[in-house]
Amino acid sequence: MGLTLTYLGIIVLLPLAALILKSAEIGFDGFWQVLSSPRVLASFQLTFTAALIATMINAVYGLLMAWILVRYDFPGKRFVDALVDLPFALPTAVAGVALTTLFAGTGWYGQWLEPAGIQVAYTIIGVAIAMAFTSVPFVIRTVQPVLETLDSQIEEASVTLGAYPFTIFRRVILPMIAPAYLTGCALAFARSLGEFGAVIFIAGNLPFKTEIAALLIFIRLEEFDYPAASAIAAVLLALAFIILFATNVLQARWLRRREASA
Amino acid sequence: MLALEAPRAFPQATAVGANARPTRSGQRLLIATGLVLTALFLVAPVAVIFSQAFARGFAAYRSSILQPETLHAIWLTAVTAVIAVPINMVFGVAAAWAIAKFRFPGKKTLISLIEIPFSISPIVAGVAYLLVYGSQGLFGEWLADHDIRIMFTPAAIVLVMLFVTSPFVVRELLPLMQAQGSEQEEAAATLGATGFQIFRRVTLPNIRWALLYGTVLCSARAIGEFGAVSVVSGRIRGETNTLPLQIELLYNDYNAAGAFAAASTLTVIALITLLIKAVIERRIGHA
Repeated sequence: MGLTLTYLGIIVLLPLAALILKSAEIGFDGFWQVLSSPRVLASFQLTFTAALIATMINAVYGLLMAWILVRYDFPGKRFVDALVDLPFALPTAVAGVALTTLFAGTGWYGQWLEPAGIQVAYTIIGVAIAMAFTSVPFVIRTVQPVLETLDSQIEEASVTLGAYPFTIFRRVILPMIAPAYLTGCALAFARSLGEFGAVIFIAGNLPFKTEIAALLIFIRLEEFDYPAASAIAAVLLALAFIILFATNVLQARWLRRREASA
Repeated sequence: MLALEAPRAFPQATAVGANARPTRSGQRLLIATGLVLTALFLVAPVAVIFSQAFARGFAAYRSSILQPETLHAIWLTAVTAVIAVPINMVFGVAAAWAIAKFRFPGKKTLISLIEIPFSISPIVAGVAYLLVYGSQGLFGEWLADHDIRIMFTPAAIVLVMLFVTSPFVVRELLPLMQAQGSEQEEAAATLGATGFQIFRRVTLPNIRWALLYGTVLCSARAIGEFGAVSVVSGRIRGETNTLPLQIELLYNDYNAAGAFAAASTLTVIALITLLIKAVIERRIGHA
């Protein structure tokens, strides 16, 4: 017990406290000055927009994968199920280099997309794809166990009553998996906001255009502008806490409702 | 996330009378879409790594890997991970033990605290460590007075690895230990076993697969960590570059062959991790 708390204190809480102290040092005005600079605002806007696109990609792809992995049988299913965790196992720098090579002008995808006028590498779309790649497992792995425990009798009943598959999905299944689905999407979004390794290769890192917030922190550190770096980092930290808190509240509510109905 | 697999005994909705046929073709369409997207989205990046790494044949691959800087990066990554992972195994077991076997106020808060590193950007973690041990940090002056350097040395790399991987083992052990309860341990205690004997003979055999599983995930993350390490390592060529940092360095130097050769070694480690994970999941599923 004591060991657990001491370790957590030293490894997790102390550094975070130092970050908050440091960014408090520059005061509210200094904080505001850092954050309201056009370059910082542009980086936050890019990071948010790309993270939203990434989350939407994962919301669709993740739900589809969770669904077919739980409900259907097909050859190679075990293999695909293991493969889904690849983005968590693969170092983000490796993912970043690989995705950039795929989407660059001469790459497997880029050579088809660029003549068609679709530029992915070094644009916000590339940033979003890199973010989507690294956060794929969140949606799949939070929805999967809930789909598994769903009672298929309810579905069968609605099939017997003549409902179309899509209606069943929308009216019966979606409401039941919604809390897990939202949690998974929120985690994917949080991960996307902070992603660095996968993104910096494909982004091109142009200030005001494809520079993400995490990279700007890094640039400020290299300029030895520690207050600015810690202020931007504090914002990312606060966002992470807000998302964590919101998903915890959501899950607690959902558990309570499930216990009440059981 | 990464939840233990439950057995999938699910009767398919297709078995119901007249609606079976349209559902079946819809089912095929969904499976095909899912598999094609997976191939494009997850398999292609891995394939491109190996195809680029071996683009100029095996001899070129070998010489890329055997560059002194890359070899040093491999060595440094291995050493730092070998220090960080066991520390987090001990912490993981201790924390899961404390939470699963004792009742105390603030348990939920403690679980949330443990999970914090998962939701924090590695870059933010790196900056936070810099603000503790760096020259302008909380302990900066004290460390300088005592002539101790932590930032931009392998010690800093170990510290951020500890941060980013601290939740892995606890998270795998906790559900299992909570489900098992503490009757067996209590019985052993009544029979006069010491604390360590109980742990080694009763607890450890029960949790060994979950512990191995958490350790594998922890190692993969420690080896592959990029953002946090790049902030605190100082990225000194041939000195504090871990393998992921070395990949970036080679890539930015337009040494694609070297970058992909280095990346292929990490990709192999990732694939082995997935394999071990799948095997262990089946074990846990059957237990």
